[in-house]
Amino acid sequence: MTVPQSARPGLYYPKMPLGWWLRRPNYIRFMIREVTSVFIAIFLVVLLIEVHMVAQGPEAYAAVVAKLRSPGWIVFNVVALAFALYHTVTWFKLTGVVQVVHLGERRVPPGLVVAGAFVAWGVVSLFILYWLLVRS
Amino acid sequence: MREETITLEVTRYRPGHDSEPRTESFAVPYQKDWVVLDALNHIKDQLDGTLTYRWSCRMGVCGSCGMMVNGVPKLTCSAFLRDYYPGPIRVEPLANFPVIRDLVVSLDDFMEKLRRVKPWLIRAVEKPVSEGEYRQTPAQLEDYKQFSMCINCMLCYAACPVYGLAPAFVGPAAIALAYRYNMDSRDEGYKLREPILSESVGVWECTFVGECSVVCPKGVDPAAAIQRSKVAGAKDWAMAMLMPWGGRR
Repeated sequence: MTVPQSARPGLYYPKMPLGWWLRRPNYIRFMIREVTSVFIAIFLVVLLIEVHMVAQGPEAYAAVVAKLRSPGWIVFNVVALAFALYHTVTWFKLTGVVQVVHLGERRVPPGLVVAGAFVAWGVVSLFILYWLLVRS
Repeated sequence: MREETITLEVTRYRPGHDSEPRTESFAVPYQKDWVVLDALNHIKDQLDGTLTYRWSCRMGVCGSCGMMVNGVPKLTCSAFLRDYYPGPIRVEPLANFPVIRDLVVSLDDFMEKLRRVKPWLIRAVEKPVSEGEYRQTPAQLEDYKQFSMCINCMLCYAACPVYGLAPAFVGPAAIALAYRYNMDSRDEGYKLREPILSESVGVWECTFVGECSVVCPKGVDPAAAIQRSKVAGAKDWAMAMLMPWGGRR
């Protein structure tokens, strides 16, 4: 912990150890949730490169696709997918706490709000899957 | 028959003498109906009268006896020895706060933050007493009731790694109380609290670890109050951007 400007003499100011996040399961889960963002960010950068290569012509795009078919990139994509799912599930489970929904005078039970988020996620995912399969 | 004992490893710090805290072990009688606070009182009464700690009500109401018990923020009046048997039990001052002596931490930072969020009913114009009370429906009470249960024990601050790393963070209890008054149908102080909540060390400093709500002994959910304040703040911001006159509440 950084010692505040108004540090008073005689008081002992504790410091946060580097490994503070290993102290409690909830801290570890939080850190995993944070780290997932790094993988999702890398995935998005790769996606942007792919889009850019599409604009460069079929050969350039084919070269990128060939690279992405290497075992290393496939493993990365599997890990990124797992992390994206973990992030989404943990995030949706928190919606019941964060989002207070009222129907008239009564508050919608938090469980229903969470269920609503998951149902919406499922519907959108199925729609995208259907759209991709029909298009291809 | 020898009396069964349990060991307490207690943090000691004497200002002016010690450069940093040290640990001292005490063997206290193991009584199933004793809480950690009873064991500390036994040490003070029978073993070492210089041990310093705060306590008052012994019934989880006053919020004075918060300490780290085996690394977890607890009210020591509610932490039973039997739950830590056979021990040893580590008793430390609340994490993230400057230590004054032994198990006593400085409250100054928290008290200052509490004042800043104006945790009282604010009215644009007070109506005279002769006009009677401000009335409220049960549904309106329900909107903020759980957040009014805070006893200022500061366990949530000890559990918050963000506060530990960035002490300027307004923090869980103060924001929960700001939210409690913002949600009160009798209150009109939202605009006065909003600048404090929306500053960089306000709600946006929170990364939603959620441990504040886990350790709260009164069932308050400060993490929810902070995230809901973020939603309200973001709505205000969007309205201010989109609406010609700011659309502020």
